Amino acid sequence: MNFWMIFKVAARAIARNKTRSVLTCIGIIVGIAAVICVMAIGQGAQTMMVREISSMGNNLMMVFPERRNQGPVSGGMGQGETMTADDAEAVKRELSHLVQGVSPQVRTTVQMMYASKNWSGNVQGVSPDVLTISNWTVADGRFFTEEETKLSSRVCVIGTTVKSNLFGEDEDPIGKTLRLRNMTFKIIGVLGSKGANNWGQDQDDVVMAPYTSVQRYLQRSKFRTINMMNLSLVTMDDLDEAKREVSALLRQRHHLAEWQDDDFETRDTTEIMNTIGSVTGLMTVLLTAVAAISLLVGGIGIMNIMLVSVTERIKEIGLRMAIGATPANILTQFLLEAVVLSTVGGAFGVALGIGGAKLIGAIKHWPIIVQVGSTVAAFFFSAVVGMFFGFYPAYRASKLNPIDCLRYE
Amino acid sequence: MGHLIEIRDMYKIYAIGDEPVHALDGVSLTVDEGEFVAIMGSSGSGKSTMLNILGCLDTPTKGSYLLDGTEVAARSATELAHIRNRKLGFVFQNFNLLARTTALENVELPDLYMGRLTFRERRRRALTLLKRVGLGGRHSHTPAQLSGGQQQRVAIARALMNNPPVLFADEPTGNLDTKSSIEIMNLFTELSDEGITIVMVTHEDDIAAYAKRHIVMRDGKVMRDDRGEGGRKTTDQVAQFVKEALA
Repeated sequence: MNFWMIFKVAARAIARNKTRSVLTCIGIIVGIAAVICVMAIGQGAQTMMVREISSMGNNLMMVFPERRNQGPVSGGMGQGETMTADDAEAVKRELSHLVQGVSPQVRTTVQMMYASKNWSGNVQGVSPDVLTISNWTVADGRFFTEEETKLSSRVCVIGTTVKSNLFGEDEDPIGKTLRLRNMTFKIIGVLGSKGANNWGQDQDDVVMAPYTSVQRYLQRSKFRTINMMNLSLVTMDDLDEAKREVSALLRQRHHLAEWQDDDFETRDTTEIMNTIGSVTGLMTVLLTAVAAISLLVGGIGIMNIMLVSVTERIKEIGLRMAIGATPANILTQFLLEAVVLSTVGGAFGVALGIGGAKLIGAIKHWPIIVQVGSTVAAFFFSAVVGMFFGFYPAYRASKLNPIDCLRYE
Repeated sequence: MGHLIEIRDMYKIYAIGDEPVHALDGVSLTVDEGEFVAIMGSSGSGKSTMLNILGCLDTPTKGSYLLDGTEVAARSATELAHIRNRKLGFVFQNFNLLARTTALENVELPDLYMGRLTFRERRRRALTLLKRVGLGGRHSHTPAQLSGGQQQRVAIARALMNNPPVLFADEPTGNLDTKSSIEIMNLFTELSDEGITIVMVTHEDDIAAYAKRHIVMRDGKVMRDDRGEGGRKTTDQVAQFVKEALA
């Protein structure tokens, strides 16, 4: 008997017990749908995070002064006082083969005022390199120049959040004077909007001014310490070399002896991505394990129903054997029945999984990415489940003695 | 020329409890081509066991069975399936048709396992066989839509599908009324006249009267074997023969 004939026999047997077949399939449907859904949401989340992290900057590498822990008190990242703007300038000057842009960064929170309006926000002292390093754009006006940085000019550019809080809709902020902690700064540009970052922080709630001006007029510090420096590497391939060279340069500038630890730390986006990747990876593994368990339960459901089916049709098996069905024929028939059940369940599961993922994505505004590869893999896995759990009942059927089957009451 | 069926010294022993039961107790028998044999005996005489072993549905505990010159007593399940498919046809007391499957598809079934014919050839042969057993117009009926006698005719057509040299019938009229029984037995007689070898198990004298040769069994042994050289027996003569055999 050829394969197609046996397939028809199996398909007909399934069609005869519609309710039972549907109920049997549900286990597989739920399992496969769960796998597809989880993978689509997980992939979407991961892709979104990767996109957002890369929006943090181009080939970004960050250097922070070392955290100072005094007893149990942690000073927090960037609060050490070991790194200066001179360090940043030295990196830019001496490592230009590795680094295409360096921006020192100082941060302070100030009360800002325009006319009768008040706003409390972040002022970042940076250099013009920050535009390329951190993917900022200027929506209106211009950014400050190297010249203005050198001269500690009291100019600034504002983010869209600051703009909307201090200025009316039709008001053009460019050329206006903004008061930052009683110092006046001239607004020369408005930054393009970047939205919230991965951690939900509004990146547009910012005022940027030359770091020299911030140090001089807002921090009034006689030291030139900075909170961090942002580096943009020529290529991410040089990351390890860049880390080594920056480290060597800073150690030399800070006069650190061999036995002393670095008084700074480097961070880069690949590290952050790896961290996020390992978290989402762990989530995916956990959820996939749950989905796999539901597939296992679905498979056991198929095995159960196939055992019932074999017992129920024992006379049919006997008759088929009597007129010439070989054990292999019987095995194939019941195995195919199980595989058809599970693959039909798998197909519905794939459809339900994709639909469910899209629905959840639409409701929760999550990005959903359905990968063809994983969908096909899930579908084939459903066939494997059918084969695995269908084998034992089919094998039992094939080992039956024809005369016992015919006599069975 | 050898015998179509030749069994020698055949035993079938079941271990029920401590006592072994001899369903067949050293039976030797030959059947030649074209014979119409009725195996008779009360229940428990071993006649069904004999038929099952002859039909390769069951294997003997010991003994030899030559079917068409080849030894089949100790073959694998797959080999026995091929033998049943190609050389043997079965007619059962309870018809054993596949439910919710048309008469035509039931008849086609043996060739599906043999795979000798194309779809069209198979369909044509099955239709011819259904016509042969008098069910030409009912090929698309399912067993539930057919009477007992009609179902048994479908079963006979199915048994003939692969053109086997031997037909085995186990109480073929056991579930039928008198009228249908006569029709079925007439059909068997016609098939026998065409040269098909038939081995039938029955305990009814009037049914056995259609056969030419009569074998009476008791306790796993052949008591009497009348090759019917004296011509056809009437029902009364069969009854008398059985009575004498068991006396």
